Amino acid sequence: MRYAIPVIVLLGLLALFAVGLGHDPRELPSPLIGKSAPAFELAVLGGEGATRVRTQDLQGRPVLVNFFASWCAGCQEEHAYLMQLAADEHAPLVGIDYKDAPADGSAWLAKHGNPYQQVLLDLDGNTGIDWGVYGVPETFVLDAHGTIIYKHIGPMTVEAWNRDIKPRLQAAS
Amino acid sequence: MIPELGHFALILALGVALLQTLLPLAGWRRRDARLLGVAGSAAQAQFFCIAVAYACLTYCFVTKDFSLLYVAENDHTQLPLFYRVTAVWGAHEGSLLLWVLILSGWTLAVSIFNRRLPADLSALVLSVLGSVSIGFLLFILLTSNPFTRLFPVPAEGHDLNPILQDPGLAIHPPMLYMGYVGFSVAFAFAIAALISGRLDAAWARWTRPWTTTAWLFLTMGITLGSWWAYNELGWGGWWFWDPVENASFMPWLAGTALIHSLAVTEKRGLLKSWTVLLAILAFSLSLLGTFLVRSGVLVSVHAFASDPARGMFILIFMAVVVGGALTLYAIRAPKLVSGDSAAIKLFSREGLLLLNNVFLVVAAAAILLGTLYPLVLDALHLGKISVGPPYFNAVFVPLIAPLFVLVGIGAVVPWKRGDARSTWQRLKWPALAALLIAVAVPFALYGRATVVALAGGLLAAWTVIAASQDVWRRVRSKSSLLDGLASVPRAVWGMTLAHIGLGVWALGVAYVGSFGAEKDIRLQRNAEATVGGYNFRFNGADEQNGPNYKAQRGSISAGRGADIALSPEKRFYPSQGTMLTESAVDAGLLRDLYVSLGEGFDDGSWSLRIYVKPMVRMIWFGGVLMFLGGLLAASDKRYRLVRAAERKAVAGATAVA
Repeated sequence: MRYAIPVIVLLGLLALFAVGLGHDPRELPSPLIGKSAPAFELAVLGGEGATRVRTQDLQGRPVLVNFFASWCAGCQEEHAYLMQLAADEHAPLVGIDYKDAPADGSAWLAKHGNPYQQVLLDLDGNTGIDWGVYGVPETFVLDAHGTIIYKHIGPMTVEAWNRDIKPRLQAAS
Repeated sequence: MIPELGHFALILALGVALLQTLLPLAGWRRRDARLLGVAGSAAQAQFFCIAVAYACLTYCFVTKDFSLLYVAENDHTQLPLFYRVTAVWGAHEGSLLLWVLILSGWTLAVSIFNRRLPADLSALVLSVLGSVSIGFLLFILLTSNPFTRLFPVPAEGHDLNPILQDPGLAIHPPMLYMGYVGFSVAFAFAIAALISGRLDAAWARWTRPWTTTAWLFLTMGITLGSWWAYNELGWGGWWFWDPVENASFMPWLAGTALIHSLAVTEKRGLLKSWTVLLAILAFSLSLLGTFLVRSGVLVSVHAFASDPARGMFILIFMAVVVGGALTLYAIRAPKLVSGDSAAIKLFSREGLLLLNNVFLVVAAAAILLGTLYPLVLDALHLGKISVGPPYFNAVFVPLIAPLFVLVGIGAVVPWKRGDARSTWQRLKWPALAALLIAVAVPFALYGRATVVALAGGLLAAWTVIAASQDVWRRVRSKSSLLDGLASVPRAVWGMTLAHIGLGVWALGVAYVGSFGAEKDIRLQRNAEATVGGYNFRFNGADEQNGPNYKAQRGSISAGRGADIALSPEKRFYPSQGTMLTESAVDAGLLRDLYVSLGEGFDDGSWSLRIYVKPMVRMIWFGGVLMFLGGLLAASDKRYRLVRAAERKAVAGATAVA
């Protein structure tokens, strides 16, 4: 019997790996889910100097907050799909241009198109830190009360939209 | 055309591997010498096919054929020739091709050197190696084909990952694979022994040089990896307990245990089933490492583009190969061994070697546990955690420290039965000398000591002195020094050198941990800092351009007389948009001065990370000594002479039959 121990241990390990393959170890659940979106007060890209947008201003309808930057390759990757979502699905996108020069952000949006209803400027990245952003692009789903109900890390994809985001948006509205 | 030729050669190799696996098995069942004979020719044909495929891929890299997806992803017109050749194994697909090339190379070597073995055993070994090759060739052809074409053809490649553009890292993977894959030979010998029922001292003697050879490559591969990480990553550390480092270290521990248990099996005919199990484990852990690196189940700095389909393939492959081997073991091993463990006395050479095995295997198990623990929690939805150096150091150090004590005792205790009194007589002077050295050296060099430095120094000095005793006694028993030195067999030199290497390594680890100094500091041009008793003056930074990168190069004058020039760099590779730090190290036997550039500020000042690392060289020097020891042991003429004698015996037996 003791000669069979190794093969039994192996079976346990294999089962573990099979389950592990279905998980993405890089996927970290945000501790902010179920909580109110962290407060900010940010300037608007292309807006007059005095215009400021605060977290409360996003309330009243479900909204997608997308952190992006002109220097980020993943953002360019998802951009065409965001354009499509804005056009076809009227996705309520608010962009936060993260650690970027306003001129670079404007030029980038002029070149690739602007899917956002509003673009805010997080010049020093402090809002990103408050929101727990550790790499752009990241997309937060907020309900009408400004509560974070989901966070998507990395470029937006068709699967992620249909599986994780669209149903939540619909449930929230 | 060339890529298609390579692709075709791979498919051909798969066909040959099928023949190499199935025909010898049939030959063994039917006792048909012709079918058994196929194994050797098939092994050679397979090596030829894979070498052709590999040469084709290398050709595509050298000629920058971006019509291949894999070449377009990892090659660049500006990449120097040397790195275009090493870029072949710079990512998943090509490194797998290198893997099967090395596997077929080992198989070829077995087919050549095993002509002296009984034909049926040799054919079974080659058959098992063929089956491993089938799995990897299928893996390449089905999920990871490096010959996939790309259309439209891009004008420029995406470039080799800049972090791999370093000579140390360029040769690290081939060395590591030589070790990983080399354990497949010990594995094949173990399976052949289980199938044929020939599990005896002769089997152990045949397996030993193969195991030692694989081990020495793995030792060198790990040493190179550690040295590279120290030089390149800019953290000044030499081991990080990263999952992928652990994946290479676990087979090393199992392989080290195997080398020692093979000695017992050969000399005393004991521990047979344990030795077979270790041979299976060493290779299984190599496969596990492959799985962990390429499936993406764990987070690691060694990120291959991970793909669940690939992960699933390796998982199934592991289930078949390791599951099959362990099932065979569960069925066959009880019949092949008769309660031999009862015959072992703890206080004897074999008893101490068994103890050594226990510590090594438990250490490997502890590392496995720590590496997989995040995966277990995640799989059970208990949360996301990571297990870091505090766990590994706390578990590993107490498990490994007794091994140093054992090395010294094991060297003087005879086989079968030891005697406490004579052991003490032989060890009391080495123990006293080690104690004196351990206390004297740190005070002489640094004027102070820590508990870690004293304990580490004691273990190190003890290991070096006690390990040298065997050679010393052999030399002393001869009339002249030269006669004496010549009379020491290579295997004994090898063992001695490897054990000395272990001691040297421990010295480096203990001292660099105890007497090292580090400082993060922002320096203006021409400002100075003092770290660990050494001065570092920052002379400013300027722009330098390399063949395929732009660099900021700092200039630092270091040392007590500020006479050592150090030029750390921060390189920007535009092809991938990547920044890399290139640390500057002034290496010395007793200390390293190490500077890496942080961030530059508008006023011309820079943040710098400065380390003084006493005796850090000893860590890799220890690894090199183990490697050299392995070389000497594996090339001992005993293996060649005994084999010649065996061939006569086999020939005689065949004639009688």
